[in-house]
Amino acid sequence: MKLLYFAWLRQRTGLAEETVSPPAEVRTVAELVEWLRGRGPGYAEAFADLRPIRVAVNQEFARFDTAIGPGDEIALFPPVTGG
Amino acid sequence: MTGSDGTATCRIDIAVQTEDFDVGAAITAAAAGDHGVGGVASFVGLVRDQGGGEAVSAMTLEHYPGMTEKALRTIADEAARRWPLDAVRIIHRFGRLLPGERIVLVVTASAHRDAAFDACRFLMDWLKTKAPFWKQEETPDGERWVAAKAEDDIAADRW
Repeated sequence: MKLLYFAWLRQRTGLAEETVSPPAEVRTVAELVEWLRGRGPGYAEAFADLRPIRVAVNQEFARFDTAIGPGDEIALFPPVTGG
Repeated sequence: MTGSDGTATCRIDIAVQTEDFDVGAAITAAAAGDHGVGGVASFVGLVRDQGGGEAVSAMTLEHYPGMTEKALRTIADEAARRWPLDAVRIIHRFGRLLPGERIVLVVTASAHRDAAFDACRFLMDWLKTKAPFWKQEETPDGERWVAAKAEDDIAADRW
């Protein structure tokens, strides 16, 4: 699956995007984030607190309990501040 | 305007770009060729030279290419569903902008002013909370990401 990070999440993970293959038991955004936390200090710091983090799955706003699969595009970012 | 199938149609134009835009041209285009339009409302958002009590020397807008255009179209479609609009035009810039520069333009055209005014405000309120843009400000203390405001959520939720 393709992961995208924006704003300070991009800075803390050090990546704008990456392609990952998490284990099969990762079935929701929340489980994906939990798995990401174990990948290194940058991830652990970026995802220490989920309250200021929003998510989109396949370019639609989603939730942490949204189901995800191998072909999905998942974006993680802070609350939006456009306009 | 009424389409050939009898349903109301609204011309929707969305642009996400680094370049500046011509406000007058966009307002003119919103009514061009449609003499059913009785009024055009517009809102222009600008970069301010301060934020959170600090001087701001520049602002950089980041966005989510692909999702941004879809999100803006979804918001415009919702406005066209709620009000009898003839045209909606949204232009939103990204990249580095200086104080005084234009960030966003929303234009609405309708037979009557109430729909144009209300839809324009609705579009700005929803755009602020439902379109994937992020602002980073340059201040004397360094760069900082702008935090989302609770009042923006309240403004979006009232519609």
